[in-house]
Amino acid sequence: MSNAVAIADARANRTGHQIYAGRSRAIIERSLIALRSSTWVPIATGFVEPVLYLLAFGYGMGELIGNVTLGDKTIDYTVFIAPGLLATSAMNGAIYDSTWNVFFKLNESKLYQGMLATPLGPLDVALGEIIWALFRGLSYAIAFLAIAAPLGLVPSFSAVLAIPAAVFIAFGFASFGMAITSYFKTYQQMGMINIVVLPLFLFSGSLYPISVYPDWLEFLIQLMPSWHGIELVRNVWFGDLDSGTLLHISYFVVMIICGLYLTTRRLRDLFMR
Amino acid sequence: MSEPLISARGLTKRYGDFTAVDAIDFDVAKGESFGLLGPNGAGKSTTMRIIAATSQRTSGTITILGRDPEEHGPQIRAHLGVVPQQDNLDTELTVTENLFIYGRYFGLSKKFIRTKIEELLEFAQLEEKRDVKVDALSGGMKRRLTIARALVSEPDILMLDEPTTGLDPQARHILWDRLFRLKELGVTLVITTHFMDEAEQLCDRLVVMDKGKIMAEGSPLELIKAYSTKEVLEVRFGSDRNKEIAPTLRAMCSRIEELPDRILMYVEDGEALLEEILNKKLHPTTSLVRRSSLEDVFLRLTGRTLIE
Repeated sequence: MSNAVAIADARANRTGHQIYAGRSRAIIERSLIALRSSTWVPIATGFVEPVLYLLAFGYGMGELIGNVTLGDKTIDYTVFIAPGLLATSAMNGAIYDSTWNVFFKLNESKLYQGMLATPLGPLDVALGEIIWALFRGLSYAIAFLAIAAPLGLVPSFSAVLAIPAAVFIAFGFASFGMAITSYFKTYQQMGMINIVVLPLFLFSGSLYPISVYPDWLEFLIQLMPSWHGIELVRNVWFGDLDSGTLLHISYFVVMIICGLYLTTRRLRDLFMR
Repeated sequence: MSEPLISARGLTKRYGDFTAVDAIDFDVAKGESFGLLGPNGAGKSTTMRIIAATSQRTSGTITILGRDPEEHGPQIRAHLGVVPQQDNLDTELTVTENLFIYGRYFGLSKKFIRTKIEELLEFAQLEEKRDVKVDALSGGMKRRLTIARALVSEPDILMLDEPTTGLDPQARHILWDRLFRLKELGVTLVITTHFMDEAEQLCDRLVVMDKGKIMAEGSPLELIKAYSTKEVLEVRFGSDRNKEIAPTLRAMCSRIEELPDRILMYVEDGEALLEEILNKKLHPTTSLVRRSSLEDVFLRLTGRTLIE
């Protein structure tokens, strides 16, 4: 009997062994190998983007705007947008990895088909790919914080929590992004993602408080994951942890669970039916 | 015969109203090289995917190594090496990296895979391409790499879906030679093909499939014996005269087939029949005597040629 059979047999009695072989790390290992020879340009631009926004809006427009009132605090405009930009870059990174990269592997290189011909299950593939997308969010968050801190944009020590918060919201976006991508068949459909994503971030409170909106629009924005992500990072950035923070966290827990469930089901329907 | 490695009874797969596989029965013995021969859309690939535990049957039963793929999918896939119709190699990785990561998908140790890789590179004759990215390989090399990749887990059964479709003749022969070597090593092969020469070269036993059904089963030789004559005389009179002369020819042997460009005459002695035709002063523009092949079997069974 070969090793491969013994390894598969050992898991045969576990619940869910049909969808999960406990080997998402093999998928992450694959991404690491692929990263060695891939170009760093898209990764670099993802990091540079929020810094450019910070310079343009914070130090450019910020000169005109001055201060912003947040609850009972008055803060410098540049400090106000910093956490919003960090959250945005983490979300953008997660979306990029879980949509365009996943689309290519689903439809062009047929990579998942190859993976699922092995004892791996759809949840291994989904988790492996989604966790990989988090690394991007993680590295963007660390890099951004490393730049923001010496510039005096970090008012509270709890801002370190922005790093796990960024990874957490990236998890939500990546798992949902992969699920949605699995329904797309053409590049034209994929283009729709960009159309949705940009306004979502521009208008979700990263650059100004959403209290400027009429009530109905404010309410609508509060339903969006981008708003919850930006608010969550802003909460920890300023150390304003309250029931709102808990709501944001719950929002992403639900998003992660739904996204993972959908992605796993879609991979099974696409490749194992 | 010992317990079959694969055993299907009444195996059926429907997609909505369309029946891709229609109540088929077959067994594959250990060490055997088993073929599914048929035109595109005959249900061969669907059958392969059900065996490979990546598609679920609608009804009927199937066991692979005594297990039902619906309940033991991952375990069955651990026994199999799959070579899909379209290469799905990892284009972002090199030859060696492809073999390495595929082994990791099976959960194999890095040490085991590293040793295995050397063996597989030699087998696939890809030693000089080890650090080359997959996109830079020729079609034949990609195919050999896909086969090598499928062997990384030391499978009991190697599943090959149209292994040489799209390859040039030389690349096909290299591939056949490799597969023949595996057969000698005792690996059970399950092959789909719409090339009769491939089926004759590689398969100990095969089933002829058409429209989801099995039309006949046996070794290539048995099938030819049962469904065709020893020899075939192919004659051409030009597309206009073919129709006119066909009735005369029909009277001269037990069976003829009129194809758009030529007439096939089924006989035991082709040369003798040809002489008879020439004596009648029928003067075909070209003539050819050949041995019967699986193509003739297929034509007899379905009234159609394999490649349309």
